[in-house]
Amino acid sequence: MTENIRVNVHHVTRVEGHGNIVVDVRDGTIEKCELQIVETPRFFEAMLRGRPYNQASHITSRICGICAIGHATASLRATETALGVELSEQTRLLRKLAFHGEMLDSHILHTYMLVAPDFLNVGSVLPLAVSHPEVVQRALRMKKFSGDLCQVIVGRHTHPIAMTVGGFTHFPSRQELESLREQAEALLADVDATVELFGTLPWPTFERETEFVALVQDDEYGFIDGVIGSTDGPRVPISDYRTVTNERLSAHSTAKHAAFNRDSYMVGALARFNLKHEHLHPRAAAAADHFGLEPVCHKPYMNSAAQVVEIVHCVDDVIMLIDTLLERGVEPEAPAPVTLKPGARGVGSCDVPRGILFHEYQIDENGLIEEANCIIPTGQNLGNVDLDLRALVPTLLTETEDQITLKLEMLVRAYDPCISCSTHFLNVEFVGK
Amino acid sequence: MPAKPKVAFFDFTSCEGCQLTIVDLLQTHLGLVNLVEIVQFREAMTEKGEDYAIAFIEGSCTRKSDEDRLRKIREQAAVVVALGACAHLGGVNAMKNRWAIENVQTYVYGEDGKAMYESYEARPISAVIQVDAAIPGCPIDRFEFLHLVQKMLQGRAPKLPDYPLCVECKLKENACLNKLGKPCLGPITRAGCNAICPTYGDGCEGCRGWIPEANFDEMREILRGHGLSDADIDARFTMFNHYQMQHMGDDAPVTTTVSPVKDEPLPTSTFAAPQEEPVR
Repeated sequence: MTENIRVNVHHVTRVEGHGNIVVDVRDGTIEKCELQIVETPRFFEAMLRGRPYNQASHITSRICGICAIGHATASLRATETALGVELSEQTRLLRKLAFHGEMLDSHILHTYMLVAPDFLNVGSVLPLAVSHPEVVQRALRMKKFSGDLCQVIVGRHTHPIAMTVGGFTHFPSRQELESLREQAEALLADVDATVELFGTLPWPTFERETEFVALVQDDEYGFIDGVIGSTDGPRVPISDYRTVTNERLSAHSTAKHAAFNRDSYMVGALARFNLKHEHLHPRAAAAADHFGLEPVCHKPYMNSAAQVVEIVHCVDDVIMLIDTLLERGVEPEAPAPVTLKPGARGVGSCDVPRGILFHEYQIDENGLIEEANCIIPTGQNLGNVDLDLRALVPTLLTETEDQITLKLEMLVRAYDPCISCSTHFLNVEFVGK
Repeated sequence: MPAKPKVAFFDFTSCEGCQLTIVDLLQTHLGLVNLVEIVQFREAMTEKGEDYAIAFIEGSCTRKSDEDRLRKIREQAAVVVALGACAHLGGVNAMKNRWAIENVQTYVYGEDGKAMYESYEARPISAVIQVDAAIPGCPIDRFEFLHLVQKMLQGRAPKLPDYPLCVECKLKENACLNKLGKPCLGPITRAGCNAICPTYGDGCEGCRGWIPEANFDEMREILRGHGLSDADIDARFTMFNHYQMQHMGDDAPVTTTVSPVKDEPLPTSTFAAPQEEPVR
């Protein structure tokens, strides 16, 4: 039995952004146990003030290189809601397609290149390319498809070009869509192999009951628009997001917390699975069964398994969306018009790879942004990560510090933290000052 | 064959999209990892070595406490390359330089939270250490990165184009957006991205920085012709190039304030800041 443990992982690797894990156990009692965020703050909300509304999505996509399309989408939905823009069916379909491209790219990157090395006992994807070349080549093939999809619809994944307020500035040709469809069909063998590989991994069974929050829709496993759902029951309109995130300073510390019905909640692939698994395409539902995923699943390490389920779902959905677009035909169309008025306010939300994301803007009668707020998924998750760490550490006390460190890092990585996102970190403590 | 050069990647204030673009490049050019030895790439690997000869740095410097880390990299590396607009120009991070730091801290983190977040005027890394080469763009163009690595492996110095984006747009036979009435900064922006934004129907935003002797006055006239207000035009000139505009002093071709105004009051809005009490 180890009585005293000090773990200090400076700059957790294979995550986006900079974070430290600090654990201090003395005489078997946890003195300190937290994920510290040491990323530099970027102040995007402040810098949006005074900028034209049509710059906002191009500026805020720069919050995150991985979730660039997600930030652009949430930003556009906030602007469009504020300015009374009605989107065409074609715009909605193309937005969904681009969004899937990013979802696939991010989930493949995370599961194959950031998570799998832990299970296959290598330090990164580079030695993995030597020990398991077929695995890495498959991941690269799948990632390339995601990138090609983004390129055809919006020009590139990081940072999307052709998405604009009210619609698009570029439209895919029939040939491009047909070629994408062929590639997606060809990818199904890789998708099956992915489910098989991740089905063999020894997922840690750690479990802690918590609340899950995600966007829900009536008739689909969707990622854009809808209402805010919780496994604790309530449905909340997107415009009332502040009553869910409850971002506040706590009375006796400088740390900030997000909490809805409990002390913390979790967002991301596992939350989406828990809230709308019944809308998964059959192949994705079968993958979930294969992993033993059952709603409501309270095992945070299984977030990566839920990401694999979403990979399966999104590839099938891409094929369906392309079929719909090919059937109805894609015509160039001008962006839908905006109506400017004093103090126009709107909230936009979408469920990006790491979970639910909110943007809210207030725009004046000249089209200049007066106020801006962005609440990112990783920020909402940090409170939950801390509580998981606190519950997990006591179960690891008999292991070596190396083993403990690995398991803690794997837990943090399971949340797929994207901590370069600029805004509102929760439970922040700056170290090394 | 001589030993492979040891390469390291570092990130400062950025979205890490340029490093991701390099990861994407490996989808089609995996052989690249056999030409160099990557000893540090925190976003992709746990292994860590300190004996690098070439350092690629993504991100701006936005706090005093990061300067030492930059200087240490400079001491170790024979060659330092700025990767992308944030490192090269200051990029989008520098838009906040319009206000005093306390102003943006208060707006985002509130009166009680502002002191927790160290920050200062966002700047390109060349404002802190000597930089040997830059790959412009937000994000970088993956093939320009590939080209630069090839040149460096051959012991040759990379050179950036100093002609405007319009040249590439013409070569691609794109219709001119400015002629179609859509604002585009192509005439004053350094080429090298193969005019990717105009190709996808959106005007150039200047992320690669300006060409030498850019004609800002004529550019403003063209944009006014599209019906844009001066505030809108200033916003375009400063989206990626705020730091440059700020440091042109009185010659800056903008009509509005780009530097903090003395004694400007702190924001009182709580729109973005966390609340004292739970909302519910």
